[in-house]
Amino acid sequence: MKLLRGSIAWIYALVVFGFILLPVVSLVVFSFQATNLPLPPFAGPSLRWYEALFADSGMVEALRNSLIVGVISAFFSTMLGFLSAYGLARYRPAGAQATRAALMTPLGVSYLVIGFGLAITANELALGRSLVLVTLGHIIINLPLAFAIILSQMRDEDETLEKAARDLGANEWIVITRIAIPVVLPGLLAAFLLSFTLSWDEFIIAFFLADFDVTLPIEIWSQLRTGLDAKTNAAGTLVFAISVVTLTLAYVLNRAVQQRSRRP
Amino acid sequence: MTIRRNWQGWALVGPALLVTLVLFAAPMVMVILTSLHRRTGGTTDRTLSLDNYVRLATDSTIHQALLNSLEVVGLTVFFSTLVSYPLAYIIAFRVPVKWQALVLLLTVVPFWTSYVVRSYSWLLVLAKNGVMNQSLQSFGLIGEPITLANTRFATVLAFVHFFVMVSTLTIYASLRQIPNNLPLAARDLGASPWHVFTRITLPLSIPGVTVGAFLTFVLAIGDYITPQIVGGGNELLLPQLLMLQVSRRGDFPLAAAMALVLLVIVAAVYAVSAKNLTLERRR
Repeated sequence: MKLLRGSIAWIYALVVFGFILLPVVSLVVFSFQATNLPLPPFAGPSLRWYEALFADSGMVEALRNSLIVGVISAFFSTMLGFLSAYGLARYRPAGAQATRAALMTPLGVSYLVIGFGLAITANELALGRSLVLVTLGHIIINLPLAFAIILSQMRDEDETLEKAARDLGANEWIVITRIAIPVVLPGLLAAFLLSFTLSWDEFIIAFFLADFDVTLPIEIWSQLRTGLDAKTNAAGTLVFAISVVTLTLAYVLNRAVQQRSRRP
Repeated sequence: MTIRRNWQGWALVGPALLVTLVLFAAPMVMVILTSLHRRTGGTTDRTLSLDNYVRLATDSTIHQALLNSLEVVGLTVFFSTLVSYPLAYIIAFRVPVKWQALVLLLTVVPFWTSYVVRSYSWLLVLAKNGVMNQSLQSFGLIGEPITLANTRFATVLAFVHFFVMVSTLTIYASLRQIPNNLPLAARDLGASPWHVFTRITLPLSIPGVTVGAFLTFVLAIGDYITPQIVGGGNELLLPQLLMLQVSRRGDFPLAAAMALVLLVIVAAVYAVSAKNLTLERRR
């Protein structure tokens, strides 16, 4: 009986994992398809769809745009998130609670609504749609996350280091760059890399705000509507690979930093 | 000293607040203002009126879209929880502790694939000659291929696929926080495994279920891509109807009013569930 229950549990887990991983596996496998359609039976492996992908100037351009928007927006989200978390945790200005809540509010609003709001505001100000607007949109959706991640890393104990430095005559710039930033570096990296991956795959805000220069998800979207071929799988696999590399990097760096800081 | 601290604190928080004000608060005010304008013919009438809200209250297409959205998201929350609870339970109590992190990581792998492509790959699975139809036919369950793509079933399936990842994580987090000695003590006192589950494990894991359900609800109700790609245009959800106003009709005022409906629904759900939305252990 117990054995039966045990095996039912494992079968259930296997079935659900099959369900979860099926789209990813089929995406990756059929990106190496040798024939036209990303449907069974699998013929290959072949790199022809990757060649087609990199020969497609629209895709390559979109890929580059996505990388640029991702890096710039993640940088600003992380920087603003750090400054505000540091200001709130260390200086505790009047109204700190309300400020924290205000900075977190965008998390409760759908990207659709944020994107739409930015689009009509830009329209009102006669600002043309552009990648700059997309970058601004990605800054505002990632700022609350970056802020929350970094704030959670601000431990009260570390404040003594900053106080000691000030007592020894360091000015605020030195305190921030030599002490506060190195101490929360894992948090900063986590915030930056998470912001990057979210921007990298964001669709609806870019859809509202981008013009002729588009990001990768938009380019994939518009190619989907012209019919299906395995190039989409190649593009999707590439997006997946870059996200996984980014996250692995986040994990490895985080461990390296933590091990270094544990050393006496 | 306090004044100086205040001043320096604000100087550090200022930029982020300013950005939030300009890029979030101002656009939200614009949405509210725009919802009070009126689209007539090819132009926008800027005299303030409640016209769009009258339409929200009376237009049956909008009602249907709202109802569709709530039903689809409701089904998604229900099935995501139903599928992910046992999985989280198995990971938390059957998988050896040192493997749990790896198994969880495996659970969220699809999260990092492109959202657009993931929706589209469901379309491939559900197509007339896709994997699903072919396997149903080969098992003899159906004779002719059935329409699976571009249906409500397809939308819910694709949503459940995504949100099982989210709910599994939150429910797992809750289950792991249950102290080991509670179920053990109950067993010692003669409770059956079923009793231990219904009286101890399940109630103590409700916070994880609630947080997962809340995240699922908030993220799914505002999503445009999955219903658009997988569900198609046969049955419109509210975000799809909103996008139609923007792209086809240029009716920004009505779209703004619909955006506010989405906002209010999320706020209402948050208000109802706010006190239960924590994964931290209660003392």
